[in-house]
Amino acid sequence: MSAVIDDHTHTADDHHHGPAKGFMRWVLTTNHKDIGTMYLWFSFAMFLTGGLMAMVIRSELFQPGLQIVDPEFFNQMTTLHGLIMVFGAVMPAFVGLANWMVPMMIGAPDMAMPRMNNWSFWILPFAFFILISSLFMEGGAPNFGWTFYAPLSTTYAPPSVTFFILSVHMMGISSIMGAINIIATILNLRAPGMTMMKMPLFVWTWLITAFLLIAVMPVLAGVVTMMLMDIHFGTSFFNAGGGGDPVLFQHVFWFFGHPEVYIMILPAFGAVSAIIPTFSRKPLFGYTSMVYATASIAFLSFIVWAHHMFTVGMPLTGELFFMYATMLIAVPTGVKVFNWVTTMYRGALTFETPMLFAIAFVILFTIGGFSGLMLAIAPSDFQYHDTYFVVAHFHYVLVPGAIFGIYAGIYYWLPKWTGHMYDELLGKTHFWLSFIGMNLAFFPMHFVGLAGMPRRIPDYALQFANFNMISSVGAFLFGATQLLFLFIVIKTIMSGKKATPQVWEGAEGLEWSLPSPPPYHTFSTPPDIK
Amino acid sequence: MLLGDKPKLIAAFSTLLACGSVYGEWGYNLPQGVTEVSRSIYDLHMTIFWICVVIGVVVFGVMFWSMLMHRKSLGAKPAAFHENTLIEIIWTAIPFLILVSMAVPATQTLIQVYDTKESDIDIQITGYQWKWHYKYLADDVGFFSNLSTPKAEIANEEPKGDHYLLEVDEPMVVPVNKKIRFLITANDVIHSWWVPDLAVKKDAIPGFINEAWTRIEEPGIYRGQCAELCGKDHGFMPIVVEAKSAEDYQAWLVAKKEAAAKERELRDKVWTSEELYSRGEKVYIKTCAACHQANGEGVPPVFPAIKGSKIAVGEPQKHIEVVVNGVQGTAMQAFGKQLSEVDIAAVITYQRNAWGNNTGDQVVPMDIVKFNEAGQ
Repeated sequence: MSAVIDDHTHTADDHHHGPAKGFMRWVLTTNHKDIGTMYLWFSFAMFLTGGLMAMVIRSELFQPGLQIVDPEFFNQMTTLHGLIMVFGAVMPAFVGLANWMVPMMIGAPDMAMPRMNNWSFWILPFAFFILISSLFMEGGAPNFGWTFYAPLSTTYAPPSVTFFILSVHMMGISSIMGAINIIATILNLRAPGMTMMKMPLFVWTWLITAFLLIAVMPVLAGVVTMMLMDIHFGTSFFNAGGGGDPVLFQHVFWFFGHPEVYIMILPAFGAVSAIIPTFSRKPLFGYTSMVYATASIAFLSFIVWAHHMFTVGMPLTGELFFMYATMLIAVPTGVKVFNWVTTMYRGALTFETPMLFAIAFVILFTIGGFSGLMLAIAPSDFQYHDTYFVVAHFHYVLVPGAIFGIYAGIYYWLPKWTGHMYDELLGKTHFWLSFIGMNLAFFPMHFVGLAGMPRRIPDYALQFANFNMISSVGAFLFGATQLLFLFIVIKTIMSGKKATPQVWEGAEGLEWSLPSPPPYHTFSTPPDIK
Repeated sequence: MLLGDKPKLIAAFSTLLACGSVYGEWGYNLPQGVTEVSRSIYDLHMTIFWICVVIGVVVFGVMFWSMLMHRKSLGAKPAAFHENTLIEIIWTAIPFLILVSMAVPATQTLIQVYDTKESDIDIQITGYQWKWHYKYLADDVGFFSNLSTPKAEIANEEPKGDHYLLEVDEPMVVPVNKKIRFLITANDVIHSWWVPDLAVKKDAIPGFINEAWTRIEEPGIYRGQCAELCGKDHGFMPIVVEAKSAEDYQAWLVAKKEAAAKERELRDKVWTSEELYSRGEKVYIKTCAACHQANGEGVPPVFPAIKGSKIAVGEPQKHIEVVVNGVQGTAMQAFGKQLSEVDIAAVITYQRNAWGNNTGDQVVPMDIVKFNEAGQ
C-alpha cells in the first residue's frame, strides 16, 4: 500500500480549514480527530469515576462486617459502577478509537456524517450528568444492579429511576448515531482500490460492532420504555400481579445485553490484530478466518442470551439449546486466539508497551474465555450463577479484554496522534502494575465464587475474608496505577521525542503513511491502494 | 450514607491484622456436596476445568515459546507465512469435537437435575424481602426463616460468630434419603434459593412456581444464601437446611404442629399493654426493622418512617388495614398472611407507642380477628 498525502495541508487553503481556536472549537467541531480525542478524554474521565466507585465497593469488602457504607449505598455503587464502565468508559473509548482511526485507515477525509458525529458525542456528557446526578436525588441513585431486573427496578426503586431511563435513552441514541456514521463511512468512503477484504481488521471489527449496536440498542430502549410505562402509566409488562411477566424483562434485557458484551470486545480484537503483527514483524496469520470468526461470533451472540438465565426455570429443551449454542462460541474465539499465537510464532518479537498489553490481552482474555466455557455448561452454571465466579469471569474478559485492548491501541497510536513518543519506561511500569493489580484483584474472585460467595453483597461470611482482602489490595493497586496513565499521556502531549510517520518498525497501513501528528485534514484526495 | 465511626473502624482493622487467617479456611473450590446431583455437577466442573487447563498449557506453551525464542533481541528473523487452510480447518474441528465431548455429560447431568417426578415430600419456598417462607404442603406446617446474626456483629461491635451471616432463627428441616421437591416462588421481587451442598439454585419469581429437587444422603446442616439481587438486604438472606434422620424429622414435625396450636390459643388470652408492647418489639425487630429501621425512621422515600407518621398516630383501623393488607404498588407487604393475629396486634401496639408515638392505644388480637371477619 502507498498513499498520497494531499497537498491541501501545505497550501494557503490550510488557513481556512484549520481548527478554530478556543473552547468553541471543541463544541462545534466536526473533525473526526477532534471528536475522537473528546471521546477518549470523556471515556477516561468516566473510567476514573467508575473506578472510584469500584474502590468504594472494594473498601467495603476489604473485611467482613459493614464498615464504610451502608447496603443501599453499596447497591448504588455497584449499579453505577457497572453502567458507567459499560456505557461511559468502554464503549466511548472504542468510538473514540474508531473516530480517530477508521477514516485514517481507509483513506477517508472524515466520517461520512461529521455533524451527526458532533451530536453523537455531545449527547454523552449530558446523559452521564443525568445519571450521576441521581446520586444526589431523594432516595439516591439506581440501586438494582446494572442489569436492573424488574420488578425490583420498577416496584422498589428510588424515584431517580426515571432519570436513569432518560439517561439510558440518551446513551442509546448516541450509540446508534455513532454506529450509523461508522457503517456509512466504511461502506462509502474507502479509498479506491480498498476492497472489503483489504480493510484492516480494526475496521472490520468496528463494522460488525456497528451492526450489533444498531440491532440491539433499540431493544434496550424498548425495555427501559416498558419499565417507564410500568412505573408511571399503570401498565403491567413486568408485574405478575397485573398479568405481566418478570422473566420477559430478562429475555428482552439479555437480547440486548449479550450482544452488548461483544460490542465491548470486538473492536479490541481489531486493535490487537493490528498490534501483534507489528511487533512480531510478520503479517497477521489467517486474515480471512479472522474476518469470518468475528462475523460468526457476532451472529452467535444473538442466539445465546438465555445463558444468563439458566436458573429462571426454562424448560429442559431451552436450556439445552442455549447451552449448546453458547459452547459453540468457543470455536470462532479459539480460531482467533490460535491465529494471534501463530502470528507470534517464528516472528521477531519486541515488547514495547502496546505489545505487552496485547499479549496480556490474549492470555487473560483466554482465561476469561475458559471460565466462560465453564459457565456455559448449564448444570454447573447452577452452582456458578450469580456468584463471584461470574464477577471474576466477566472482569477477566472486560478488564484485560476491553480495557487492555484499549490501552494497547492508545499506546500504539498515541505517537501518531500527538507526534511525540510516550515514555517507554513509564508505559511498561503502567503495564506491569496494571497487570499485577488486575490479577490480584480478580483471580481470587474465582475462588470465593466457587466456595459460595454470591455477587452484589455488601458483607459476607467469614470463610471468604482472606481472598476478599487480597482482591481489595489488588483493586487499589490497579486503580491507583491508572493515574500514572494520565500522567504518561499528559507528558507525551507536552514533551517527548518526536515520532516518525512510521513510528513502529513493523507497522503497516494507511495511517502510518501520514505524518505524526497527522494534519488536521487528511486524505482530501484519496490515496492509491495497490 | 457513610458509617462515620472511625475508632470502631480502626479497632476492626487492627483486630483483623492481629488475627490474620483466623477468619476461616481458604475455601477455593465448589463443594462436592451431599447429593448425587451435586457430585455429578462437581465431577462435570472438574472435568471441564482440567480440559481448559490442558488447552491453556498447549496454547500458552506455544506463545511463551515464541516469546522466549523468537525475540528480535536474539536475532530472530521473521518468517513470512500468513495462511494455512489445512491448519485452520483442523483447529476449528478439534475444538468442536472437544465441545461435543463436554456436551454429552453435561446433557446427562442436566436431565438428572430436571427430573422432579415422584417426590416424597413437597416444600413450597417463598422469597420475601428479606426472608424465606417454608411451607410443608402435606403437613400444614409453615414458618418464616430470618437471619439470626445479631446486628452488633454486622456493625463490628461484637466478635463475629462461626456462622456469621449464614445462620437463621428457623432452619428448613428435611429428612435424609427422601426425594424432596421444592416449589419455589416469590412474593415481591426475584430472589434465588441456593444451597451449594445440594447444588440447588433456582430463581424465586413472583407469579411463577419453579421446581427443583434434592435427596440428601447425610444428616447435617447445609448453608446457602439468596443469589439474586433483591434489594438492600440481599446479602442478609441466608438459607439453612437441616437434614435429620426419619425419626428426628417426625419428632420435629410433631413439635412444630404443637407449637402452632399453642400459638393459636394465645389469641384468646387477655393481654396487658406491657405484654403486647414487649412482644411487639420482638416482632418489629424481626419483621419490620429491615425496612423501617430499628429506630422507626425508615429509609425515605421507599421505606417511610413510622415514627410520627400519620398512620401510626392516627386512626387504629387504618393502621391495622395497612399492616394486614399492605399497600398496593409500594414495598409495603400484606402481613395478614405472614403473621399471627397476636403478632399483628402486638406490633401495631408497639408501633403506636414506641419512639415517642405515645398514643396510649392498645390493639388486641381480637381487634385483628374482627377486622379480618369484617373484610370477608
